[in-house]
Amino acid sequence: MKSAIAALFSGLLFGFGLLVSGMANPEKVLGFLDIAGLWDPSLAFVMGGAILVGLVAFAIARKRTLSFLGFSMKVPSQSHVDKRLIIGGLLFGVGWGIAGICPGPGLVGLGAGELKSAVFVVSMIVGMGVFELIERRRAGTNPTRSNSGWSATAQE
Amino acid sequence: MIEIAWSSFTPWSALIGGVLVGIAAASFLLLNGRIAGISGILGGLLTPSAGDISWRIAFLAGLIGAPALWALVVQLPPIEINAGYPALILAGLIVGVGTRYGSGCTSGHGVCGLSRLSPRSLVATLSFMFAGFATVFIIRHLLGV
Repeated sequence: MKSAIAALFSGLLFGFGLLVSGMANPEKVLGFLDIAGLWDPSLAFVMGGAILVGLVAFAIARKRTLSFLGFSMKVPSQSHVDKRLIIGGLLFGVGWGIAGICPGPGLVGLGAGELKSAVFVVSMIVGMGVFELIERRRAGTNPTRSNSGWSATAQE
Repeated sequence: MIEIAWSSFTPWSALIGGVLVGIAAASFLLLNGRIAGISGILGGLLTPSAGDISWRIAFLAGLIGAPALWALVVQLPPIEINAGYPALILAGLIVGVGTRYGSGCTSGHGVCGLSRLSPRSLVATLSFMFAGFATVFIIRHLLGV
């Protein structure tokens, strides 16, 4: 319960940040990605502002094994760079460049009642589901159970 | 030669909004002990495990609820989406697969990963930034859409 309330608070703040910054506006994002056109560098300031705070937070987190609410710190420990990371990043960038929407602003647009954001978000979830199916096939688990991820999600 | 779009350049609201995003990621890290990576939080719901569901839904509810709450007080800032439906579907599918395959998006790798000086996240961020710039260049300047 504590974790859900804290998560709700963080999610709200994250959404407000995206709205204030202009990052929730796909046209503005595309203006940033279009360096060959009239370039709007604003979004570099969004990243800069967020990382400024983030650097402090992660410096504090590094010295702790438990969070301030007593949960274990789940910070990734992997450090190797592999093909998956780069190909996944490139793929994501192509999708980002097509519509100017990344996952966070997509969800914020959905919450603002934008039909186009909703279509993007549903497609994104389908894409994530496709990824899970491919992973499961590759892991060699029973393919007849390959739909379980979907039905389980639908029940939440 | 880069030309700046001065009329749409909004450094202050971008910086303030960025700081808010940073505070959100910081509070999630320091309270919940987790990385505020949107694609990971959402994608994790597709293979749910016990005790790992409510905080994900709560975070996403906050993110989706933010504009609704905002609209109760003041008018929402513009959300302009010029892409057509086929492009949105294609973009969504690619973003869904790519973020899961590459273990993160703008928030997880871009904000949190760079903040914790992760070499993996730096590579991922450079990859999606490069692809984003290249895709917009191809669409707007080579295809002229």
